[in-house]
Amino acid sequence: MNKITPLAALTVFTAAWATAGASPSKVAADAPLQLTIPSGAFESVLPPASGVKTTTVQKFRMDAVPVTNEQFARFVALHPEWRRDRVARVFADREYLSHWTSAAPVEPQQRHQPVVRVSWFAASAYCEARGARLPTWHEWEYVAAASASARDARKNDEWRQTILSWYSKSARGSLPEVGQTPANYYGVRDMHGLVWEWVDDLSAMFVAGDNRQQDDPNALRYCGAGALTMEQKENYATLMRIAMLSSMQASHTSATMGFRCVTDLGASQ
Amino acid sequence: MKRFLCIWFALMLSVAAQGKQSDPPDSIYHLEAQLTNQAGQLHGIDVHRGSPVLVTMFYGSCPVACPLLIDTLRAVERSIPDAQRKTLRVLMISVDPEHDMPPMLAKLAQQRRIDTSRWTLARADAATVRKIAALLNVQYRKLPNGGYNHSSIITLLSPKGNIVMQSSVLGRSDEALLEAIRALDHE
Repeated sequence: MNKITPLAALTVFTAAWATAGASPSKVAADAPLQLTIPSGAFESVLPPASGVKTTTVQKFRMDAVPVTNEQFARFVALHPEWRRDRVARVFADREYLSHWTSAAPVEPQQRHQPVVRVSWFAASAYCEARGARLPTWHEWEYVAAASASARDARKNDEWRQTILSWYSKSARGSLPEVGQTPANYYGVRDMHGLVWEWVDDLSAMFVAGDNRQQDDPNALRYCGAGALTMEQKENYATLMRIAMLSSMQASHTSATMGFRCVTDLGASQ
Repeated sequence: MKRFLCIWFALMLSVAAQGKQSDPPDSIYHLEAQLTNQAGQLHGIDVHRGSPVLVTMFYGSCPVACPLLIDTLRAVERSIPDAQRKTLRVLMISVDPEHDMPPMLAKLAQQRRIDTSRWTLARADAATVRKIAALLNVQYRKLPNGGYNHSSIITLLSPKGNIVMQSSVLGRSDEALLEAIRALDHE
């Protein structure tokens, strides 16, 4: 599968060129901008194991903004097995891309809105076609911890309040276009205040109560040390993300769930 | 020879494509996944297409629950009539692609005296493992000590790859699972 990925990415690029006609600047605008996120260590709300506080994230590149309807429509045109009228139900529920007026074209006003109503399988396939992947939860959380001026602003009450006020805003009406929120420390936008986002390790988003090992007769369902407990309970905005993600199955879609892609850099696998 | 290979390859592709198309919409056999078994042979997730299959995810160096998982699968096999046991297949997929290479899987099969004519131990790359886990609703997470934390679920697949039922009973054969296997045989 890895072998065909660069070719698929090339195909996407070629198609971008073809649809943009003769204007190279349009092509550049269509190629998703990615920003380098330097490696680092931080304390995740989902620590890697009980007793292990610090999580290390390797250097990687992340899309500056979530994937748009227009970008996703181009992918679907090249990979018709992901059209809403052809997708295997096991990969996407009945609401998949139901906000589009037809199976292929996208309304002009939807173009630069983040694509939503995509399943985890569809989002993964889109990133793979670009030679990329979905971010892991830890990668996403690491970047989402940044404010405009600090790499980790999570202890800053004012910043925390700003984020919470975004979440409390009504989600009615149409989605804003991508890139409208302020750039964070890395130059990345829309980590908060636009849509929820899929992560690669969705299967790892399980959270247990505190007494699972003692009380749960099904403790053996988990091979190994049992599920994790959440830390930093005051970090509501991040915990809401985890609650949302752990309630979704990979074929589910939602009117507020989008995604962005990342690319590995350097030594990280 | 080259030409023959080309034709053969095209033929296999069209067979594979037909297989996919005729699968029910919610069959997990729609997933194009490349797995490698304990003998180093490549196959898809539909390696046991046409037979009822018990699928689980595990990792080779797991100390407690995974050996128990194998014992449980054996208990299920023992609890069904000979005729059904002959058609039932078992597919165990590792969540630890880094360590569970074919020689490791072969060693495990030998140690646990697994009949590899009916059971398949397999590995896949990390991205494929994620997709398979997502299809089977298996949760897993790599731990800093190199081990894994994963749900030990046994999934019964129909001959066409539909999830018939899932059981999290370990240590003995789940009556509901046995019932589902029997019902599948009478379809």
